[in-house]
Amino acid sequence: MTTTTPGIRKTKPRRAKRGGVMGNTGLYIATGVAALLFLVPFYILVRNALSTDAKITGENWELFPTDIQWSNITDVFNDPSVDFARSLWNSTVVAVLHTVGILFICSLAGYGLARIPYKHANKIFYLVLGTLMVPTAVTFVPSFVLVSSLGWVDTYRGLIIPALFSGFTCFLFRQYFLGFPKELEEAARVDGLGYWGAYWRVVVPNSLNFFAAMATITFLNGWNSFLWPLVIGQDPSSWTVQVALSSYMTNQTVVFHQIFMATAISILPLVFVFLFLQRWLVQGIAQTGIKG
Amino acid sequence: MSTTTTRDLASPAPAKASSAKPRRGLRGNSTFNFWLFTGPFLIGLMIFVYVPIGWSIWLSFFDARFTVTPDKFIGFDNYKYMLTNDDFIGSLGTFTVFAAFIVPTTWATSLGLALLVNRLRFMRAFFRSVFFLPTAVSYVAAALIWKMSIFSGVRFGLMNTVIGWFGVDNIAWLADPSPPWYWFVIVTLRIWIQSGFYMILFLAALQNIPAELYEAAAIDGAKPGWQTFRYITLPQLRATSTAVILLLIIAAYQAFDEFFNLLAKTTWGRPPLVELYYKALGTEQDYGAGSAGAVILTLLIVIVTLFQGKIMGFGRGDESK
Repeated sequence: MTTTTPGIRKTKPRRAKRGGVMGNTGLYIATGVAALLFLVPFYILVRNALSTDAKITGENWELFPTDIQWSNITDVFNDPSVDFARSLWNSTVVAVLHTVGILFICSLAGYGLARIPYKHANKIFYLVLGTLMVPTAVTFVPSFVLVSSLGWVDTYRGLIIPALFSGFTCFLFRQYFLGFPKELEEAARVDGLGYWGAYWRVVVPNSLNFFAAMATITFLNGWNSFLWPLVIGQDPSSWTVQVALSSYMTNQTVVFHQIFMATAISILPLVFVFLFLQRWLVQGIAQTGIKG
Repeated sequence: MSTTTTRDLASPAPAKASSAKPRRGLRGNSTFNFWLFTGPFLIGLMIFVYVPIGWSIWLSFFDARFTVTPDKFIGFDNYKYMLTNDDFIGSLGTFTVFAAFIVPTTWATSLGLALLVNRLRFMRAFFRSVFFLPTAVSYVAAALIWKMSIFSGVRFGLMNTVIGWFGVDNIAWLADPSPPWYWFVIVTLRIWIQSGFYMILFLAALQNIPAELYEAAAIDGAKPGWQTFRYITLPQLRATSTAVILLLIIAAYQAFDEFFNLLAKTTWGRPPLVELYYKALGTEQDYGAGSAGAVILTLLIVIVTLFQGKIMGFGRGDESK
């Protein structure tokens, strides 16, 4: 089993052959139907975002609006009850700083735990492992207690800093660095670099794939997180885009075209991030087995 | 998890031995460097993870309504209150029902998608992207699409339009707990968002199954299809399946976003975190009881994790083998 030959990948045509043309057609029909089902929510989102309220709530289901309502975009940003532009800005700040902060802090710690000998390193590693068993979402009550005592409610600090110390991300970086080729670091040492210099000049530049994967996953989680921003963002001025969307659903008056357009706008940057960085995302998930 | 640690911790040991002879100079001081690298993280971990947990345990023994610095010690009363509270116990029941629905359905959907995509020869990347794309969507945005359009209780909702073609009356999907159609809404939403992610895990595992196994089975006369799936594919995917199931349970335990948004203003369908949110941060502001609830939930998940880790050997990383 260990001597896997290159022939391994060549079996796919053979396996497909046994179904013949009919089997292949069936396969593509099944996959196509599943794909259509998975695309329905996106279709509805785009359709409703570009329709008038009368069309959205109309008697007959209109497949796609014949008169596309681009003015729905300005409606979203002109609504005085929810400052949607502000929430987009808050989400951008939070997601970017969240990603940069986590990557910086957790990668350093992961490297320290993986590579730098220290007599209490094992005990410290257990401290990190212990936090893996407690899901962060479950501890939002005590975290809120702490953050409100610090006076960080409704601030970027409160939104960003408590989420930076992810035992899980640290653990993933440690696992990754354990597998990093030692020879490269030793070469750097011979050149007279210390741990710090070797890390920034040799280890990080040779780990950009892994960093890109972790950055994509972390950014998605930062942009999409809801519970913590909901708890911390008590004043509308500190709402992230997810909290703003949530508020649309409980408003007294529902303006359909506006809330669907707002949702579409909130998803759009992610779809782009996703399409361009999918390679790293898939690689990261397959490597680590985890989303965040 | 315990197996992970003992195994992994064995590897740094030789490195430690070799550095027993400390080399002085710029690069020699490894203690300093260790703290330089791990210090910021560890300080933050203490302040933002361990302090809240400790504070919460402390609060759970006090009468802490509207205050986080209480002085009235009440022993285990908060725990007694939570464990006899119908809402809190009910939320654990809600979680159990939710897990019973979502774990097998997501497992089957993601495995099914992986099997389909794995056999494709043309447009494979395209279909993989389609199934994976919902991973980028937030639960809040999906809840909005589900609640306001697909499962809107009125006539123009997509599902009600579709069942209307067959002469079926409108269904109040979310606004009426009997019959509990809201489960269908919640489960389809979560399947849509998370299946693509687990599909990627299954795809990676499928590609690691040695082709020789299928060839040998063919020589032995196994019929391709159900027989090879049952006796080769499924057993070979055991490690990944186990990991996926554990991840699904833990994710279901932390469900909040879609319940909170789909079932706002209702009294049914509240999983533990939603219940805790209303208890601690709602009008009651009962931090004592809320903290006791958080401690109970944490203990439950730790027990489940340790138990599953022991039984199934999860965490050894052999799903990537």
